[in-house]
Amino acid sequence: MSDAHLPSPRVAAALPNRSGVGLKPEHIDEILRDRPALGFFEIHAENYMGAGGPPHRRLEAIRALYPLSLHGVGLSIGSPKPLDREHLARLAALARRYQPGLFSEHLAWSSHDEGYLNDLLPLPYTQETLATVCEHVDQVQTALGRPMLLENPSTYVVFKESTISETDFIREIARRTGCGLLLDVGNVLVSAINHGFDALAYLDAFPLQRVGEIHLAGFAEARDDSGHLVLIDAHDSPVRDRVWDLYREMIARRGPIPTLVEWDNDVPEWPVLLGEARRAEAAMAQALSTMNEGARRHAV
Amino acid sequence: MPFSQTIEAFARALADPTRAPPAQTVGRENRPDARRFAVYRNNVAMSLIAAVEARYPVTRRLVGDAFFRAMSRAFVAHNKPRSAVILHYAANFPGFIAEFEPARDLPYLADVARLENAWVEAYHSAEAEPLAVAALAAVDPAKLGDLRFAFHPAARLLRSSHPAASIWAGHQGEGDAKPPDDWRGEEILVSRPDADVGVRILPFGGYSFAHALQNGATLGEAHLAMNFEGFDPGSHLIGLIEAGAISRFQI
Repeated sequence: MSDAHLPSPRVAAALPNRSGVGLKPEHIDEILRDRPALGFFEIHAENYMGAGGPPHRRLEAIRALYPLSLHGVGLSIGSPKPLDREHLARLAALARRYQPGLFSEHLAWSSHDEGYLNDLLPLPYTQETLATVCEHVDQVQTALGRPMLLENPSTYVVFKESTISETDFIREIARRTGCGLLLDVGNVLVSAINHGFDALAYLDAFPLQRVGEIHLAGFAEARDDSGHLVLIDAHDSPVRDRVWDLYREMIARRGPIPTLVEWDNDVPEWPVLLGEARRAEAAMAQALSTMNEGARRHAV
Repeated sequence: MPFSQTIEAFARALADPTRAPPAQTVGRENRPDARRFAVYRNNVAMSLIAAVEARYPVTRRLVGDAFFRAMSRAFVAHNKPRSAVILHYAANFPGFIAEFEPARDLPYLADVARLENAWVEAYHSAEAEPLAVAALAAVDPAKLGDLRFAFHPAARLLRSSHPAASIWAGHQGEGDAKPPDDWRGEEILVSRPDADVGVRILPFGGYSFAHALQNGATLGEAHLAMNFEGFDPGSHLIGLIEAGAISRFQI
């Protein structure tokens, strides 16, 4: 399927085409003191849904210096249940207050009758689930008054009843709702290893022109019942070489894109995280120079 | 299978570790895989346990990591967050501790946890301008007894029959803390007039007095309720104002 008929997402230029990192409370004093050159900071929306206090004061200070990316983890867009309207209203209020460059959420569910499960859980890919997810994405975009980015998941199981590939599923959501996409390159590798597909083939099939942001993160390793390697999207360590390789490939195909390094567990000292962001920027530059060289050769 | 049933089956299997992974979910061998499914179970449990640990660091220090892990695991198994706003999660953990049989030998533990919860609530409370003591100077002394006070949104009052605040203060860092000199009950005020959360031990009677004011009593009514010799409402009131616990008054 060609991307030619897809309009370019309006969200693509909302953040600078540079690297950013997830904002962690323990780093904020150092960031405000040193004011390092960085493309943007990303926050988990739910961490700033308190009424007031130091978290908001410090985020105001960061926002005055840097562009912000608002990343939701709790909307449960991939659930068969209706979206939580109160949560949507909280999100809209946060977006009005901090004017983020973009808003992203996950192709996953996280709430059920029992309550909120605090994990990104997988869903089957069928015409029925597609219709539900599109309805939810529409609702979010209406509530926020702007297009959102939808992130590809990392998964450990797939569903027997799925009838649509993940890339076709995501492409169709983008086509029907006009949303942009967040490509988590780490998630591509994690799912590729976990389900035995080729990560490059996933990129081939992914609607790259709709991508407005990239995520990179470290993963952990385990084994399944049959002894197959299972990668776990742990966000607890440096980005691995295989993810960097895939990232450079993605940039070479698509051009520069705002890129986030995620590190949410066992959070390192600030200089280590900043170093990862610098590495992402260097990888982006390297991939672009390779791409330009290729283009020059082609022109000759 | 309809979408809602698939997710229902997934959620049921997540909630009950003795259940087999859902028949609809498969790994690379095209069959359900217990270890793969366990990744999800583990993510749910560990992320919620991490949220409880982050909210109650002193309680954790008091009982040690292993005990706290077991206690919070038992809590999260039956107390899922009601919303995705995790910063509100586990506010009911102190009540759970009070009923948690293995913690029975530590009767002060639930009160220390209540103080930690009050601290977090104060931290995230709405902003409001605290009242200045000087503002009271403008009030006609004859009218003082008619004053009513609006408390600052961050202000929290606690009363413990143990030295909960002293224990809490003594365990702010790692390592062995000295037990409180005086093992007696404490009345506690948590406030956050500006950026910093403060914890104070109130003088005797301070809890009842402040609690009455917080619930709408006039200064005169709150004073009357404190029917013991030597209770000085003025010094208690000034203490509350200086702590930033009050934002406005009206006659």
